[in-house]
Formats: sequence, C-alpha cells, structure tokens
Amino acid sequence: MIRRPLRPLARILKARERGENPDAIERENLRLRHEEARDRSRSRAEGRLLVLGAAFALVFGTVGLRMAAMAGAPAEEPRATAGGNPIIAQRADITDRKGRVLATNLDTYALYAQPPQMVDPVRSARELAAIFPELDEEELLEDFTGPRKFLWIRKQISPEQRQAVHDIGDPGLLFGPREMRIYPNGPVAAHILGGASYGREGVSSAEVIGVAGVERRFDAYLRDPANEGAPLQLSLDLSVQAAVEEVLAGGMNLLNARGAAAVLMEADSGEIVAMASLPDFDPNNRPRPLTQGSPADSPLFNRMVQGVYELGSVFKIFTVAQGLEMGLVKPSTMIDTKGPMTWGRFRIRDFHDYGPELSVTDVIVESSNIGTSRIALMFGAEKQREFLDKLGMLEPTEVEMVEAPTGKPLLPAQWSEISTMTISYGHGLSVSPLHLAAGYATLANGGLKVTPTLLHDAARGPGERVVSEETAAASRAMLRAVVSRGTASLGDVEGYEVGGKTGTADKPRENGGGYYDDKVIATFAGMFPALDPKYVFVVTFDEPVETTGSIPRRTAGWTAVPVAAEMIRRTAPLLGLRPQVEGAPEQGISLAAN
Amino acid sequence: MTEMVHGAVPVRTVDPILPRWWRTIDVWSMSCILLLFAIGLLLGLAASPPLAARNGLDPFYYVSRQAFFGILSLGVMFGVSMMTPQLVRRLAVLGFLGAFVALALLPVFGTDFGKGAVRWYSFGFASVQPSEFLKPGFVVVAAWFMAAGLEPSGPPGRLWSFALAVTIVLFLALQPDFGQAALVLFSWGVMYFVGGAPMFLLLGLAGAVAAAGTLAYNSSEHFARRIDGFLSAEVDPTTQLGYATNAIREGGFFGVGVGEGQVKWSLPDAHTDFIIAVAAEEYGLVCVLVIIMLYATITVRSLMRLMKERDIFIRLAGTGLACAFGVQAIINMGVAVRLLPAKGMTLPFVSYGGSSVIASGIALGMLLAFTRTRPQGGIGDILLRRGR
Repeated sequence: MIRRPLRPLARILKARERGENPDAIERENLRLRHEEARDRSRSRAEGRLLVLGAAFALVFGTVGLRMAAMAGAPAEEPRATAGGNPIIAQRADITDRKGRVLATNLDTYALYAQPPQMVDPVRSARELAAIFPELDEEELLEDFTGPRKFLWIRKQISPEQRQAVHDIGDPGLLFGPREMRIYPNGPVAAHILGGASYGREGVSSAEVIGVAGVERRFDAYLRDPANEGAPLQLSLDLSVQAAVEEVLAGGMNLLNARGAAAVLMEADSGEIVAMASLPDFDPNNRPRPLTQGSPADSPLFNRMVQGVYELGSVFKIFTVAQGLEMGLVKPSTMIDTKGPMTWGRFRIRDFHDYGPELSVTDVIVESSNIGTSRIALMFGAEKQREFLDKLGMLEPTEVEMVEAPTGKPLLPAQWSEISTMTISYGHGLSVSPLHLAAGYATLANGGLKVTPTLLHDAARGPGERVVSEETAAASRAMLRAVVSRGTASLGDVEGYEVGGKTGTADKPRENGGGYYDDKVIATFAGMFPALDPKYVFVVTFDEPVETTGSIPRRTAGWTAVPVAAEMIRRTAPLLGLRPQVEGAPEQGISLAAN
Repeated sequence: MTEMVHGAVPVRTVDPILPRWWRTIDVWSMSCILLLFAIGLLLGLAASPPLAARNGLDPFYYVSRQAFFGILSLGVMFGVSMMTPQLVRRLAVLGFLGAFVALALLPVFGTDFGKGAVRWYSFGFASVQPSEFLKPGFVVVAAWFMAAGLEPSGPPGRLWSFALAVTIVLFLALQPDFGQAALVLFSWGVMYFVGGAPMFLLLGLAGAVAAAGTLAYNSSEHFARRIDGFLSAEVDPTTQLGYATNAIREGGFFGVGVGEGQVKWSLPDAHTDFIIAVAAEEYGLVCVLVIIMLYATITVRSLMRLMKERDIFIRLAGTGLACAFGVQAIINMGVAVRLLPAKGMTLPFVSYGGSSVIASGIALGMLLAFTRTRPQGGIGDILLRRGR
C-alpha cells in the first residue's frame, strides 16, 4: 500500500509560491480521504444490509410457514405421553436372593367425601356405616352436614367395598386411586422389611414411604424412578427365613421364653440368609409403638439388631482366640482354674469346680470363667479393647436397617482389670446378637473381619485380617469340641459337624443392683460345617426355662442348643449343604488301579 | 421599493416542519406500526378480560390502560420521529445514561413482584422496567461510538461499544434477565456486522458455535435430552407451550371466532408472552400472517432504506433498532410455534405492558427519524465522479 501524504511537498511549495494557505490542501486531502472511506464502508454496508434484510424476511417467512403448518394440522386431543420414558410411579419391589417377592404393591382406592356435593347425607352416612362397621353413623352425619368441604373416610378399601360404596350412588362420595404396599408373606421377615405408610396424600395419588427396616433405609432407592422399577434384592432366602422363624417360634413356645432371636449368615460375605426376632408382627398391619413400658417388650423391637445383651460364655472363644493370636497360649497350655478366684473384693466362680487346672481347649469345652479370666489377665485391658474393636464389637453394626445405629454396644464406664476379666467370659459388655454372629464369622472364615449385610451380592472386598488362619482353625477345633464332647452336645447334628459355644448369662436387674437368679439369656453361637464353615448362626432366648426334667433347667445347653440343632437340621438341606456320611468311602474299598 | 420601505418579507430558509416530515418519513412503516397498535388493542380486548376477572377488575381495565399508554407512546413516537438525527442522538445518550443508572440501582430500589428477578421499579400506579428503555439508548450510543471509530484518526469506538455491551449484559444477567441480555448482545453484533466486521472473524465465530453445539450435543446427555425434547413432536399439553400449540391448532385458518377462544382462560401469560396464541385461536392463521407481515415490513423496509444512507452513525443506529425490534417479534412468535426454546419475550407494540409499549414507541420513533429521506449526495456522485 502506498501511503499518500496529507501535505504533498510539491503542492505545498507551489501553493506557497502562489501565496495560498497550504493548510487548505491538507484539509482538502483529509476530506477526500474521509469521503473515500465513507463510500467504501457504504458499499460494504449495502451488501451486508441486504443480507440482513433477506435473513429477516426468511425467518419471518419460516415463522409464518410453521404457523400455517400448525394451524393446518387437525386439532387433536393432546396426549400426555413421552415416548421411551416409562412413568414409574410405583415403589420398587423387594425380593429375596432368589427373586421371590417379599414386598410389592397393589392397586386400591381411597374413599373420600365432598359434603357440598352430597345429595342425601343421611342415607349415605347410614349406608357407609353398614359397609364399614368401624365407622359411626352419627359422626359421619355430623361431618357430612357440617362446614367441612372434604374429608377422608377410608385410606384403603377392597374392591367389594368399593362396589358397595359405588352402589350408594352419592356424587359426593369419591374414590382416589392408591397404591398399597403389601407383604405377601405376612410376618415372615417382618423386622427386616419394616413397613410402609402413606406420606403426602392427594386425591389422585399418594406417596408410599418406608417407616422402618430396609423399607426406610432404602426409601430413596425404592422410590427413585431412575431405577425403572428394578427390585431391591436382599440377601435373605425366603424358605430358610420361614423355616428359621417356625423353628424359633416352636422353641420359644416350648421353653416359655419371653423372646427369641436367631440369625443365619454366610461366613465369608456376611450376607444374612435369615434373621428373626420374636415376638414379631405383620408389616401389612404394623402395630403402634408402645407408649409406656420398655420398648424392648414391643413386637416392633428387633432383638437381633436393636437389643444389646450381656451374652455370657459365648464370648470366651474371643478371649482364647486373642491369647492364641498373641502367642501367649497354645490349645494344650494348662491354665490354673482353682476356684474361687479372688480379685480385690470380687470373686469369680465356675459353674462346677473343674479341678486345679485345665488345658485351654478344656477351658472352652467346660466353659471355665476362671480360666478365661486368667488368659485375659495375660494380655490386659488395653489389648482386649483393641481386639474387640477390630472385631467390630464396640460400634453399632452397619447392617442396612434404620434401626442398626440404635443397637449401640454398652461398654464399661472404666475398662478396669475386673472389667477385663468379666468381659473375657461375656459379662460387663453388652452387644447385639448380630455383633456376636459377625465375630463368629471372623473365626469361621479364617480370620477376616465381617460386616453383616442384607444386600445380595453387595460388591465389597474382603475385610481386614483380625486373626491368623491358624488361630481361626484352632478356635474352630475348640468350638467343634464343645459340641462333640462339651456343653453343647445336644447340638451335634449328624452329618453337619456343628461347632459352637453356649452362653448362659444371668439377666441384670432393670433397676440396677446385681443379677436375677432365675432369669437368663441363653445363647448358642456357632458355625457349620466346623472344618470349613459356610454358615454361622446365633440363637438366643430371653428367659427360657426347660421343664421336662425334675428341676427347671435354664442353661443354653438345654434350651438354645436343641432349638439351634433343629434349625440346622431344617435349613442345611435348604441351603444346599450335603450331609457328610463319615467314613463311608474308605470302608472295604481299596484303590485297585492308578 | 416596497421591500425598501417595509422591510423584506421574512423568507423561511427551511421547509415547514409537518410537510417536510410527511414528505420524508417512511409512510409505509409508520402505517404498519399504527396497524400493529390497532391489532394489539383488538387482541387485548380478547386476551385480557380473563386476567381482569382473576384480579377482580373491570373486564376492559387492561384494554383501557393499554389504550392510554399506547396513545401516549404514539405521541412520543411522532415527536421523536420529527427530530433531526443529531437531536435524537443527544437525547438518546442522555436517556441512556439515566436508564443505565436506573438499571445499576435496581438491586437497591427495584422490586421483583414475586417473580424472582429484580427488573422493575414500582410507582404504585405503574411499574417501569429500565432495561426496556436502555435498549434503544444503548443502540444509539453504541452506533455513535462505532461511527466515531470508523472516522480517520477516531477513537477505538468498537472496543468502547463492546465494553459497554458486556457491562450491560452483565447487569442484565445479574437480575437475571437473559432474554434482554441476549437482545442487547444481538443488536451490538448486528451493528458490528454492518459496521464492517472482518469476514474471517464472522466465519470463525459461526464455525466455533457449530462445533461447540455438536460437541455439547454429543458429550452431554443432559444437553442432548433438552434438545431432543425441544425437537420432538410431542409436547406436554399441561405446559404453557402445550396450551399455545393446541390453541393454534384449534384456530385453524380462520379462527374459532371473536370471543370464542379458550386458551386465554388457561394461560397466565395470554396477554403478554403468548398473545400470538390468542390471536391464532380467535382470528386464525389470517390474522397471524398479517401480524407477521407487518413486523417483516417494518424491519425489512427500514433495512432497505438504510442501505442508501451514507451517514455511518445513522446507518448503524437504524440497523440496531430495526433488528432488535424484528428479533424480539421473531423470538416471541418462534416460541409459540416451537421453533425456539421457551423464553419469555413480549411482542413489541402488541403485548400488554405500559413501559414496554412506551419504550417501543421511543425506539420506533428513533427508527422512523433515522429512516427519513435525506439528501445523500447522489447528485454529487453523478456529476463529480472524479477519476480517483
């Protein structure tokens, strides 16, 4: 580009010669340059304005055409459909591990009234009272003739009732569609499922919300439309659960117990296959919480998860396992069991006098309080607390129920040496039976920590190691010995190699101050098959008494153990475990060829 | 002799105002504006009685208010259209400053009328939305800056105007009022385009927008669902859009008849954002096409007249005003026919709203003033084509 000066020297000089003002030349040049730029920009703007105008004409035309297309389309009833996006108003089902339904929904109707639209309130009130016996005719009539514009009459009605109300023919009686939560198995797994009720209610629909158990815990998941109705699969096995509940109810009945609880859990994964607490309830018709007395007396109370008890001698195996793990004892080490053992002003006694000393195995088999106290003193309070914490005994279980955090273990205010000794045989520390099951599962699976879960196939890695394989194996051998030749001999189910430990703990008095003489918590915790356990179980009874003998017997060996044995007999085949027929293959058969 | 005795007859050096105004104004556009105003009143008669009934007022309360403000607005428009471009510019700059201060003080003194966005000043009998008045003022100021920037050795006017636009957009986005913000940005963009934006920048911008859109559609499921939902033929009949669509279908070509429309009873914004649906239902496609034609005529005619304009400022300011006016109408109607995603925007001069109609009057008055016929030095072009 050639720059042209505003004051070209040649013209300036000439102008000066002529005596003209040279500034005029500059002004003239500036004006020309300005005009040039203006013309250039105008010709460019001309084109662009044309484009702009054409674009506007085009867009206005499009709007007009579109309007014409819409106006030309036949007016049709608008439909509230959105393709490919199913409307899931339903609460998702809950199933067991095999897909059998535990909770589902049923379409029903709610009945409500709009008194201003009523034709004959007197007759309507009379007829309604005849259909629903629990309604009072006088009250209904008062409501129908009073100032109320709207009232609910029944939250759910059956199809027959609906037809009967329909036949009254009053336009002021109206039905609102409802979904009701139904538990087809009645009280089976009642505590786990919890129950549901209505949340916000409208005429055309109502929210179903979980009130307890997994229904409440997974409320958001069950109501989430993004799951498109995919059911919530629990780890429970419905048939096993039903068998466990049946056997437990029978046992509770025979033993005149106040309550009972049982759990059956996979030893490796912590998946709960069956869990029951008695007395129970029907989640279809959930009872109201007690307003007075101990909440533990309510059928709503889940003894397995919410109840924390001093479970007694079942804890001894943890003391011994810790001694083994720390290398302080071996199964054959002899322990001084001369009683009574005096520690300060406390005296520790055994059920019988077991003589001056017992091997560690026999301390478990005979259930010697003195023996475990001596072992516990070897490692002391701090180590004991650490070990029980690693087993998960000091925090509430993390099982997926809203009630789980309420099952908080009760620890001694001060973990003194005497606490160490009592805790070594299961007194002075209250945990839920589910805690106990998780602890036994650790020993059963070879020493890895187990977190109980109600979800099937929950993706979880193996827990951290608590004890070594060897310690776990030695502990299992002792538990097996308890059943084969110790306090739990009634629990030896043929072919299933049960191992376990009994615990009979005196109940502490409610108002404090010592323990009852004639009220016990009898517990049997164990595993089967003992050599390579697949399942662990805990059966516990509240105040059982066995009266077939000459004197009432309350020890777990006579109460919890036989019930647990029956439970294993019933459930092991359901769980797909083959009984082991001992010795059969070897007899009379010799290997003839290689 | 007479002159010597009595003095000279006073000679008017300029034309009388009215004849000159009538001779130079774009009569077509002005007629279109008057027609639009009339149609607005007619539709107001149809659309606003349900609202008045809801608020317990006289059925034609809103129509009479609209007529009052409309006539006021027409007066303002005629007044402004008689001014010279220079006077328009001076007043517009002052008005812009006032409106800008008002906009900036909105968070302190403004009210949101319970709608969630602080956009209004309430004066009891009426409410004022400063951004409505800010728009034409901004267009004029930005055009002034740009024109100054295009002069040899002028200031960096484009940069100034861009900074101004961004400031206003930020203020509007804070309210939040993204519709007006987009409109301000759009009018600046149009002026920049006509004022000589480099071609490669425009092409690059278009390419970037297309690429970003494709990328967002492919990578963001949420975005894709929004777009699919907007493109899908199905429409949820319980939304405002659903009602509007149904109203247009009901109306057909000739409408269901005066006063027979149903949509105005169910649409809360029938008298403002969705007035075109009321028009389509009661008066049919014919009326809608007339309205579209009127808007198109005003916009396109103004742009065509500005092609001849050689004053840069007038050209730019006129372009900005005409395009803002046209685009606002397009957005409003485009939403109703589902060409555009839902966005609340009034139909200028037709929708109900006191401050909106007065602001539209001012803007259109300016536009008419800018599109008046002026000597463009055409004779000079013919006679003095110097062989440069």
